Amino acid sequence: MVKKIDINTLIENMAENIRSHCNTKGYKNPLMIGIQRGGVWVATQLHQKLKLEDSLGELNIAFYRDDFSKIGMHPEVKPSKLSTNPDDRHIILVDDVLHTGRTIRAAMNEIFDYGRPASISLAILIKRSGRELPIHADIIGKTITLKAGEHAKLSGPEPLALEIMKSG
Amino acid sequence: MTGNNIQLDKNGNLKHFLSIEGINQQLLHTILDYAESFATVDKRPVKKVPLLRGKTIANLFFEPSTRTRTTFELAAKRLSADILNLNISTSATSKGEILSDTLRTLEAMHCDMFVVRHANSGAAHYIASQVAPHISVINAGDGRHEHPTQAMLDMFTIKQHKKDFSKLSIAIVGDILHSRVARSEIHALNTLGVNEVRIIAPHTLIPKEIENLGVHVYHDMNSGLKDVDVVVMLRLQRERMRGALLPSENEYFKRYGLTNQRLKHAKRDAIVMHPGPINRGVEIDSAVADGENSVILQQVSHGIAIRMAIMAMAMGQINKNENKEKKE
Repeated sequence: MVKKIDINTLIENMAENIRSHCNTKGYKNPLMIGIQRGGVWVATQLHQKLKLEDSLGELNIAFYRDDFSKIGMHPEVKPSKLSTNPDDRHIILVDDVLHTGRTIRAAMNEIFDYGRPASISLAILIKRSGRELPIHADIIGKTITLKAGEHAKLSGPEPLALEIMKSG
Repeated sequence: MTGNNIQLDKNGNLKHFLSIEGINQQLLHTILDYAESFATVDKRPVKKVPLLRGKTIANLFFEPSTRTRTTFELAAKRLSADILNLNISTSATSKGEILSDTLRTLEAMHCDMFVVRHANSGAAHYIASQVAPHISVINAGDGRHEHPTQAMLDMFTIKQHKKDFSKLSIAIVGDILHSRVARSEIHALNTLGVNEVRIIAPHTLIPKEIENLGVHVYHDMNSGLKDVDVVVMLRLQRERMRGALLPSENEYFKRYGLTNQRLKHAKRDAIVMHPGPINRGVEIDSAVADGENSVILQQVSHGIAIRMAIMAMAMGQINKNENKEKKE
């Protein structure tokens, strides 16, 4: 472990930024969806702070991953829970770390199998380098620079802690 | 341990699904867990996930079946695979083609998975031993041997209603002798560690040495059903009547038919299952089949989820192993 980042303030700021993002864009009553697992942990806190009307959606993107042909079934698959129809809704999609962008691609594909949202905004706790797809976040907790061989990992759900690890 | 088990790769992962025998508790739980997620797919507006997109699955049915074939077909389609239905009984083999040629032909069509139903015990194992390494084989019922996906959908149904397997008493009623469902079911229940498996049937419909499978044998419905949590009814195959194993359908219903009266001996919240198709008035009374304890139609829906889980696991594993080999 290289260093720890305290993230309560980051989430506080993200909530504020989501509020002003929605005000600027004119999004009334947005629908929040977290990506399992880390994204759901972050989204749970954001959802509380923003006092959103509809219950938090949880996405498990295991059936939409693009690496199935390489690694087979993901070991942890919990059902997605999307109790609110996303049709014509403004979605705030939440994940912990934005890295290659492939998870977000998979998540958007899954959302569209539930309905056709009016818009999707992306809220990310940690933005790091390594994008492989043209995906960017609308709300960012913190941008970090990682050295080669380092990766960021969120542990939780209580308390949430971000660790920068040396991989391998 | 896994070295001789053709169903598993060298790391103990599912490659073919041929019998419950030889599959450990952990792997059975993994199948049930995945099925839980797949069960949510058909409640969505788009009842499809892209996991097996571009894969081709052949349903090889050497023996007729509607329900099993259809649920395999739906499962494959919900995984976005393309599926071929081949009724071999009316096709090539009747023109004299031998099995291995049929298999080579399908391999040449670049199929990735065979779902096999056959009247001979061991047919799916044989086919799995013959196919190219990139092909996965799923047993959809072989002779009197096993029908493992049926057993797993029943385990899934039990888990939905009863949660903890270790406390359960389960009665399987009917033609155990000819039933591949019963055999798979007994293996699955034992592997999952249920408290007690009972079988209830006339002497003529119970295989010799069945007790070796760790079951308790009853010949009387009322005592066999006493305080059970789950009743699994088996279909009475009408052709058995001709073999002099049973006097008549009427007589059978009188002694072994499940009626509401008899069901009272089981626990109040007992569930009643049946693999279908049901013979109303032969092994089960309509009032029970359509009654509040019956979960027969849920079993059908669960069959799709469990088959999706098994197909995705087997196919994913083969993909993964192939990729590794390419890298090495």
